[in-house]
Amino acid sequence: MIVGEQKPLAEIKQMLAGFHKVLLVGCGTCVTVCMAGGEKEVGILASALRMSTRLDGNAIECDEVTVQRQCEWEYIDPLGSRLANYDVVLSLACGIGVQTLVQRFPNVWVVPGLNTTFLGMPPEQGVWEERCQACGDCILDKTGGICPIARCSKQLLNGPCGGSQKGVCEVNPQTPCAWQLIYDRMSAMGRLEQLLEIQPPKNWSAARHGGPRRIIRDDLRLPEDYRTA
Amino acid sequence: MSEVVHNGYKSGSNLERVLVAGHFAVTGELGPPKNHDANVIRRKAELLKGCVDAVNITDNQTAIVRMSSIAAGVILIQEGMDPVIQMTCRDRNRLGMQSDLLGAAALGIKNVLCLTGDHQSFGNHPTAKNVHDLDSIQLVRMVKDMRDDDRFQCGEEIPGGGPRFFIGAAANPFGDPFEFRPYRLAKKVAAGADFIQTQLIYDIPRFREFMKRVVDMGLHEKVFILAGVGPLKSVGMAKYMRDQVPGMIVADEYIERMEAAVKHIDKTDKKARAEAWQQEGIRICIEQIQQIREIEGVAGIHMMAIEWEEAIRPIVEGAGLLPRPAIQ
Repeated sequence: MIVGEQKPLAEIKQMLAGFHKVLLVGCGTCVTVCMAGGEKEVGILASALRMSTRLDGNAIECDEVTVQRQCEWEYIDPLGSRLANYDVVLSLACGIGVQTLVQRFPNVWVVPGLNTTFLGMPPEQGVWEERCQACGDCILDKTGGICPIARCSKQLLNGPCGGSQKGVCEVNPQTPCAWQLIYDRMSAMGRLEQLLEIQPPKNWSAARHGGPRRIIRDDLRLPEDYRTA
Repeated sequence: MSEVVHNGYKSGSNLERVLVAGHFAVTGELGPPKNHDANVIRRKAELLKGCVDAVNITDNQTAIVRMSSIAAGVILIQEGMDPVIQMTCRDRNRLGMQSDLLGAAALGIKNVLCLTGDHQSFGNHPTAKNVHDLDSIQLVRMVKDMRDDDRFQCGEEIPGGGPRFFIGAAANPFGDPFEFRPYRLAKKVAAGADFIQTQLIYDIPRFREFMKRVVDMGLHEKVFILAGVGPLKSVGMAKYMRDQVPGMIVADEYIERMEAAVKHIDKTDKKARAEAWQQEGIRICIEQIQQIREIEGVAGIHMMAIEWEEAIRPIVEGAGLLPRPAIQ
C-alpha cells in the first residue's frame, strides 16, 4: 500500500491561513488502511482544526467528506458540484490523490494534509515499513524476495557493505540490514551460489531517472471518441 | 593513451611495481583538508615520503566535504609520490565517475580504490541526496572494462584507448555476515580488483580466520591483499572505534593495554598521558604488523593514521619495513 503520515497541525494551519471555509477530503483506500487519511482521520483532524483555529480567534469552517479512491476520476467527479462552496480543499490522500483533484478541478486550490512516505506494509500493528521503490525493473528473483533497492540504505546490488554488523544497518540500528536478510534467506533456501553472481549496473531508466513514467495498454484503451480526461 | 608502453604492467604505478616484484608493500592514507590549502597536502606528504609505496587520498571521507581526491592526488604526484585516489559511489553517477577517471589518468594518477562510500547521514550534509548509481563491485568492473577493453560502461569504445589504472577495492573482514565476507572479496576479484585494502584490524584472530578462508579459496594468488592497520591514540579513541564505528571490532586486549599505559600517570598530567598512549599505540601497531606478516596471503599493509601522520615513520621503521624499495 501507499503509506502516508499526517503533517503536523501547525504546518496544516499555515497552509490554511487566510482561508475561511475548508473541505477536508479523505481517501478510502491506502491511507485509510494506514490510518493517516481515511474517514476517521478526516473527522479527527477537522475537529482539531475547528478547536485550534477558534482558540486562535480566527475560526475556520471545516466540512468533511471521504471518497472511496481519490486517484480515480469516477470517485472524485461527484465532488465537483460541492467544491465551489469552499475556499480551499485539504486533501488527506496521498500525493496522487492531491494531484488527481488538481487535474480534475483546475479552479480549486488544493493543499496536502499528508506526507506521502513510501510503498510498504505493516509488519505489526502501528508499524509500517518500506518495501518497494517502484524502480520499474523488479529483481526480487535475484535477491530472495527482499528488495535491496528499497531496503538497503545504499541500494547495493552486490551487498552487503562493510557497515553491516549484527544484522543491522549502520545508518539506523532500527533498520535490519537488507543484505543480511537476503543472505539468511538465500542460505535457508539453499541458493547462496546465486549471490556469487555479479549483478551488473542497474538500468535506472525504468525508474524515475528516465523521467516521469507512463504505461499505455492499447488492449484496454477505449476508442478515441470514448476517452474521458 | 595507447602509445604508452605498458611493460606488462596494468598501470605501472609504484604500488603495482612493488607488489609485482614481491615486496611486502606499505601504503598510507592522507585525508585532504576541508579547504583549498595545497600546503596541508604537501605538509602531510612530507611525513609519508620514503615510508610508504603509495598514498591513499580519501574521497569525502565519512561524507564530509573535503578537497577532491584527484586534485590532492595531483599535488602528491608533484611531490614525487604515488597516489591511490579513492572513489566512492555516493557522490557521482557513472557519467561523473568515468569523466573523473579520464581526468585523473590525464593528470598522471595510476591507482584507484573503488568504494561504496560512507552514508551521507554520517557527514556534514546529512540532508543531501546520495547517488549509488553503481555499487563498488560494479565500479571495479567499470574501471577494468575501461582499461582492458577500452570501453565505457555503456559499451561504447573509448577513442584512443581507455585509462590504465591499478584497481583497488576494500574488504571488511569484520562486517557481518562474517561467513559471506570472503565470498564478497571473491566477487571483487572476479570484477577485476588488482589489490585489496582491508578495514582497520584490531582483532587479529578474526582476521587470521578470514585470511584462512581467503587462502583456501585461492584468492591471495589472484589479488594483492593489504591488511589495514593504524595506531590507537588513546583509550577514548579505542572505545570510540569499538562502540561507534560501524563494522569495526576492537579486541579488549588493546583497550586494556592502552588503559595500563597511563595507569601510573597523574590524571591531570594530560601531556604525559597523551605521550604514554601514543607510545603504546605505536608499540601495539608494530606488534600487529609483525603478527600480520606471519599470516599467509597478506601482501602488505595499509596504514591509516588518521590525523596522526607523524606516527607512520616510527611504525614503519619499528616494523623493519624501511627503506622502501625503489623500483624502476
